[in-house]
Amino acid sequence: MISALLALGLAAGAPFPLPPSPLPVQDTVKGKVVYEKWCAGCHGETGAGDGPAAAYMLPRPRNFTGAVYKIRTTASGQLPTDADLLRAIDEGLPGSAMPAWKGRLSDAERRDVLAYLKTFSSFFADTSQHVVALKFGGEPGGGTSAEALKVGRQFYDSIGCRKCHGDQGRGDGPSAPTLKDDAGFPIFAADLHQSWRFRGGATAADIYRRLRTGLDGTPMPSFSDLIDQKFLTDEQLWRLAQYVRSLSPARTPEVRDVIHAPRLAAALPAAPGDSVWDRVDRYWLPLVGQVIRKPRWFGPAVSGVWVQAVHDGKSVALRVSWDDRTRSPDTTWLGFERRVLETVAGDDSGGGRTAGPFPDQLAVQFPRRPYFLMGTETDAVYQWRWTSAGGSGAAGGAVGGLARGLERFDTLPGGPAAQTSYEHGEWRVMFTRSLATPDTANELQFAAGRAIPVAFFAWDGSSGEHGNRLAVSTWYFLALDQPTPPRVFVTPVVVMLLTLGLGIVVVRRVQRRQA
Amino acid sequence: MRRAMLAVVCGVFVMASARERRAEPQGGATIAGKIKFTGAKPANPKIDMSEEPKCKAKYQATPTEETVVVNPNGTLANVFVYVKSGLPESYKAPAPAGGVTLDQDGCRYHPHVLGILVGQPLEIKNSDGILHNIKAKGTKNRPFNISQPTTMTSTRTFTAPEVMVPLECNVHGWMHAWLGVLPHSFYGVSGADGSFSIKGLPPGTYTIEAWQEKYGTQTASVTVAGSETKTQDFTVAGK
Repeated sequence: MISALLALGLAAGAPFPLPPSPLPVQDTVKGKVVYEKWCAGCHGETGAGDGPAAAYMLPRPRNFTGAVYKIRTTASGQLPTDADLLRAIDEGLPGSAMPAWKGRLSDAERRDVLAYLKTFSSFFADTSQHVVALKFGGEPGGGTSAEALKVGRQFYDSIGCRKCHGDQGRGDGPSAPTLKDDAGFPIFAADLHQSWRFRGGATAADIYRRLRTGLDGTPMPSFSDLIDQKFLTDEQLWRLAQYVRSLSPARTPEVRDVIHAPRLAAALPAAPGDSVWDRVDRYWLPLVGQVIRKPRWFGPAVSGVWVQAVHDGKSVALRVSWDDRTRSPDTTWLGFERRVLETVAGDDSGGGRTAGPFPDQLAVQFPRRPYFLMGTETDAVYQWRWTSAGGSGAAGGAVGGLARGLERFDTLPGGPAAQTSYEHGEWRVMFTRSLATPDTANELQFAAGRAIPVAFFAWDGSSGEHGNRLAVSTWYFLALDQPTPPRVFVTPVVVMLLTLGLGIVVVRRVQRRQA
Repeated sequence: MRRAMLAVVCGVFVMASARERRAEPQGGATIAGKIKFTGAKPANPKIDMSEEPKCKAKYQATPTEETVVVNPNGTLANVFVYVKSGLPESYKAPAPAGGVTLDQDGCRYHPHVLGILVGQPLEIKNSDGILHNIKAKGTKNRPFNISQPTTMTSTRTFTAPEVMVPLECNVHGWMHAWLGVLPHSFYGVSGADGSFSIKGLPPGTYTIEAWQEKYGTQTASVTVAGSETKTQDFTVAGK
């Protein structure tokens, strides 16, 4: 009796509970259909982030059962708002396998699937959870001025960003090789030079929000307590966000098909750090995992290379730069490498997946008969190959030769010279070679004014990459520009004069005949 | 009429709940014991603090992790012993007096294992003055991750019982602490002599659980009456 009265009393005393979800039930029913068709392949039937494709991914798909989300507008530890989740669905998460679904799914479908994925965690049904978006002020102006960036850099150092993100922000800090996410998977500290791959967006405002909220489930903490405790001001945190933004190009690099190599009147650059390179257009070429030949590789470490080229009519110089957290071969990242290999599934799980101090490598490929992936036994491709384990001689670890498939490479004597630099998480490899070589049968003969197909391959030794485990680009073109030859200007005049002359002759003849 | 009914019902409820409060079990019994350790003593990994000279300077010898801390008397420290079940459902813990402090000193957590009540403030103190981040990886409690790049204290609370919530620093991958969140304060952590005690228990039969981060859990059933002290030892076999 007392308990019945108690229950009654409790019911009378308590405020009427809100329905657990503000979205109507039928939405989750429709959402389930959408989820199972489009999402479960990666995120799993039960939302645990363990769909059939998940094992091949790094970062792994979100596990919805814990309701822990990286990209939010709420304080660390709070659930995301519906708008936060919808943004991830609509715009995807750059730098991961999550695509943007706006335009692929209807507005209703995206809202329904949002309602459904919230059912995977009881936290969303818990009305005692606070879900309040933080109040973010507006971005202070002057964010690209030297003064603002100096303030930002000062706080980059003082609040310890470099511990993980490294001195120059390429994710190569001393703590970076130890990082794991909440599920225990290896996680990279973001390379702050590639803002277009930031999961939550590339603007200074996006970066500021990540600093305020942290990326829950990852080692990236929230810095909101520092503002509350007056360790820094809101404006100073904005300056930090603006500094981080300034490390990447102002605009997302657009992928262009043709790499133009201007013809220099002066000498070719002498080193990878030569100031000549600052004046030469650079081309961003994205790389993806090698998934053509088994064993395939789904976790490529190098996301792209910057390529620049110049020539002087006799020789060509090519500078390839890319971000790499570690100067391999080294042992600092061996534990991380082992965890990457354990995490990213492949079709070589039996053997060959041991971690080792592999070198970093790069291959530049010029085809004769273009079979894309390193040629075949009978149709070789001409390549330049560079390895960080190579000697410091004139070749600088680079050789030229013929690739006959992934397993076979025949070195040729007339290879390129190479010079290399590695600073703060960035490799720069400069190849130079004369346009013409004696071995015309095997080696590519460069000619100005012709578009030469070219492709790039990169291995990061400290991510366990060697052999088949590599990142590949598609075909691009290298065009050695030639100064416009005089005949381009003379020929039309000559043709005009000839036409005029002939016309006059014809007219004269007709006039004479009539006379 | 209805209002009158409601008033009566509410009145009865207030009286009933008042009686319930009076009936709260309050006791003077104690469960105490030692965590004995047998077998080979595992070596804790050494910590390389060369990246943090400020922390390194606080140690004479190379510090190690505290995964298994065997005391000189052959007992085990840092074992969390708590009442897992047996309290009457009506039991309500008195409001906590003050918070619980977790200190980051010498790039290690002090204490390494601690207990806290639901709603009780956890005061996370950075005595090192270098960057630490504190990540709580609860599953019943919302996980959080906050940054402390300077000497400061941050306060957080926990909403649901959970044994244990792992705490870690990602800047210093060796820093781990374990937080037992309970709806009551009947817990103890074995100390430098391997002993623990749980005081103020009302009479009853309790399931006591001992938790160790490497060796997992053991349980025992203990009945106490009046203000007696019962001894309940646990033995952990080293692997």
